[in-house]
Amino acid sequence: MAAAATCSTGTRSTGSMVVAASRNNVTSFQRRGPRTSGTDSGCSRLVSISGTRPSVRNGQLLVSTGLPALDQLLGGGLAVGTVLLIEEDKYNIYSPLLFKYFLAEGIVTGHTLLVASAKEDPADILQELPAPLLDDNCKKECDEDICNHKTESNVKMKIAWRYQLLPKIEARPVSSSRFGHYYDVSKRIPQELIEASKWHGFFLPEKISSTLNEDPCSLNHGYIKLLQFIQNIIYKEGFDGSNPQKKQKNILRIGIQNLGSPLWGDDICWTENCDSNCSLTKFLYMLRGLLRTSLSACIITVPTHLIQNKAIIARVTNLSDTVVGLESFIGSEKETNPLYKDYHGLIHIRQIPQLNNLICDVSDVKDLAFKLKRKLFTIERLHLPPDLSDTVSRSSKQDLAESAKLLGPGCGMTARGKKHLDF
Amino acid sequence: MFPELNNLLNTTPDQVEQGKLTLLCDAKTDGSFLVHHFLSFYLKANCKVCFVALIQSFSHYNIVGQKLGVSLTTARECGQLVFLEGLKSAVDVFFRPQEEPHPLQFLREANSGNLQPLYEFVQEALKPMDSGEAAWRCPVLLVDDLSVLLSLGVGAVAVLDFVHYCRATVCREWKGNVVALVHDSGDAEDEENDILLNGLGHQSHLILRAEGLATGFCKDVHGQPKGSS
Repeated sequence: MAAAATCSTGTRSTGSMVVAASRNNVTSFQRRGPRTSGTDSGCSRLVSISGTRPSVRNGQLLVSTGLPALDQLLGGGLAVGTVLLIEEDKYNIYSPLLFKYFLAEGIVTGHTLLVASAKEDPADILQELPAPLLDDNCKKECDEDICNHKTESNVKMKIAWRYQLLPKIEARPVSSSRFGHYYDVSKRIPQELIEASKWHGFFLPEKISSTLNEDPCSLNHGYIKLLQFIQNIIYKEGFDGSNPQKKQKNILRIGIQNLGSPLWGDDICWTENCDSNCSLTKFLYMLRGLLRTSLSACIITVPTHLIQNKAIIARVTNLSDTVVGLESFIGSEKETNPLYKDYHGLIHIRQIPQLNNLICDVSDVKDLAFKLKRKLFTIERLHLPPDLSDTVSRSSKQDLAESAKLLGPGCGMTARGKKHLDF
Repeated sequence: MFPELNNLLNTTPDQVEQGKLTLLCDAKTDGSFLVHHFLSFYLKANCKVCFVALIQSFSHYNIVGQKLGVSLTTARECGQLVFLEGLKSAVDVFFRPQEEPHPLQFLREANSGNLQPLYEFVQEALKPMDSGEAAWRCPVLLVDDLSVLLSLGVGAVAVLDFVHYCRATVCREWKGNVVALVHDSGDAEDEENDILLNGLGHQSHLILRAEGLATGFCKDVHGQPKGSS
């Protein structure tokens, strides 16, 4: 592919200067419907890859992130060829969960996995994936629950019937559809599923011991190795269309954990100077280049709360496609705030890509919170607790207002509202 | 091409101003619609366009272009459009070492790179044909976007030099236009980006700025544009 792209200096027709080789490119951004250029690898084949579906807005091919609620917030799913960046929460408790959901979804739908980590062996990460809820028994139970829930909700909504029209963010497993599955976090994935799946692991301490014999490009050694590993897998297994004999197209799911942390050899978490340091941004750019030309989707978790320089965070955000930030309440003042008592943290959808489109699919709900129940990780719209009577509402509202104000100044002050005066 | 924007700028595809540097800037919102607008505008105005697309793939621009009424594939085939797909070329230059100078050669260099190969690419792409007859109206250089060059290790001064060279050649010598997009990092205190933005702001004839609303997020209105010349 590269050989065709670079043309000789002798004849340089400006029309064919770069990249577009005469034969078709299997990029991930293909439209539904018949293509007029008449090239092969038509859309019907792409649509039939398991675990994917075309977006209703622009025909973009989507994969599930493993959490149907998150899929809904991202406009249907994660687009193939893009990067999902998770900004880690402070103690890295909930972001590994999203990471594992993504990988588990890949195993269940039969995608190939590529797991890269500097901290844990990828084999260990795969052992800890949540078990999918695929049993028929469970489905029957869920259906029964749904019937009960629906009759209940029909009865309730006689007065507040307008709320019934609002779309709900799904919080319970409704059905086990082919796109997007539910998982039980309290159980481990069955060993047979892991063994039946195809996965590649990149564990940094193992790979970095070899000597460096190529010229340095001001990129971190670990990042160079990872890029070469990813590119190798994409090329060898034909995810970029370079192996046309492959009958069944598949998606490569890449997961990179704790990118930018000191374990990867990157120093952005402890230096303020961003002039000389562009390893992470360069890595993200090259990764984007690899993803856009192959059938793959990538999830990255980055400890942005450790990065000192805000400019780098802005650049990293610009170079990623979808950015989701997790903010957990553990250890913060918000833990005791009655507003947040039902939840474990807030989830911020910071960026959604505009692909093949002039505008993007922004959901109208901006204040979202998550909670980790025993079996399930749910994302819900943040709402105030219900008011029961007049006096209670006044005090609770005033308390909330006071506590919200007092949270600013911080230490030494308790978040307790002033008693409101009774006349 | 957006007719409202054309009305605001007092331009139509039939009468195109020449020798101008236009700076597109976005803050807290996405300004890529401006890039799509100018791309379709200049292609409809029958200008020769060199598009250095560093952020997205060719098919993305093509699909949006079709929605705006131009076909990039046809333009590329007949020679009106020279498209440098940054992402794909970067992968080529990074993983497979090239003998001849590649426009994105700076990706392989260790210290703050040199954009001269990129300038030479632009020069080669837009230079007027020696055949004498003018097939296209005027050359246009479109860059999306310049801020990503800073993320790739190129210094702000090098980027300013590149734009200066391009302006001298394309705007002054060949009476063409240059349009470039730069992100405004706002309060993220990106010094290099601010240097680039201020420097280009002084040099440019027209600054189009797309800002997010000061009051925050609104579903129907994405932001407000501002133009100054």
